[in-house]
Amino acid sequence: MATYGGEALAALGDPTRQAIVELLADGPRAVGDIAAHLPVSRPAVSQHLRVLKEAGLVTDRQDGTRRLYQLDPGGADAVRAFVDRFWSRALTAFKSAVESDENDPEESETHEPGD
Amino acid sequence: MSQATETPVRQSITVEAPIERAFTVFTEKIDSWWPRDYKIGATDMKAAVLETRQGGRWYEQDEDGSECTWGQVLAWEPPTRVVLSWQISVQWQYEPELAKSTEVEIRFTAESDTRTRVDLEHRGFDRLGAGAEEMYGAVSGEGGWSRMLVGFAAAVTG
Repeated sequence: MATYGGEALAALGDPTRQAIVELLADGPRAVGDIAAHLPVSRPAVSQHLRVLKEAGLVTDRQDGTRRLYQLDPGGADAVRAFVDRFWSRALTAFKSAVESDENDPEESETHEPGD
Repeated sequence: MSQATETPVRQSITVEAPIERAFTVFTEKIDSWWPRDYKIGATDMKAAVLETRQGGRWYEQDEDGSECTWGQVLAWEPPTRVVLSWQISVQWQYEPELAKSTEVEIRFTAESDTRTRVDLEHRGFDRLGAGAEEMYGAVSGEGGWSRMLVGFAAAVTG
């Protein structure tokens, strides 16, 4: 799960790939159709789709003479992976805060204002 | 829908602080640690707020003066337990319906007078998954998990 989520996160770190995922959220599309909606070339779209596919976010299938790309239903697991990472970072920040002087109770004797 | 989607996210952390302080910092002083880029508003976040009572809200206050609700306090049992609804939709916006929301339970356990274990469980991802399944049943969908993915990606990577 961790690796999967990490890959999905990395894949979505790119604005063009985010835009492709948004487009595919409305339904399956061919490469040319995706390229028509974005300011990038077909080969560039193909490259981005390859990354999304390897990250488990997108699948493809042959439809007559066209190859259609669509979101991978299993990608919903990535949401969970993101939440996992989300809390990991938040809890680390919480630990720092709760152990810092700033959150010491007033009766603390070790607190040094202005430290 | 896969098993993983129905499995809660579980995380634990041990902090060097008494249980009362751990609980207070997590809740009342949430603003002291909540990552500033974990927000849903359009402008920068000014503060994270958690109303310390059952039925209270937890929300962000933004620089433009607006408030964006994240959810409500479903259970308030200081200093051992708090349950929060996480009402963030797949469009990365406030979700008014609890039935379409996930929830977060945080438990605090004193390991000693100065050490507290914090166990967090974020569950209900299958409720979000319903949208994803509909999405594949029809060509025109609401976007399902993908927009949430994008939102999370933006939030996590800043």
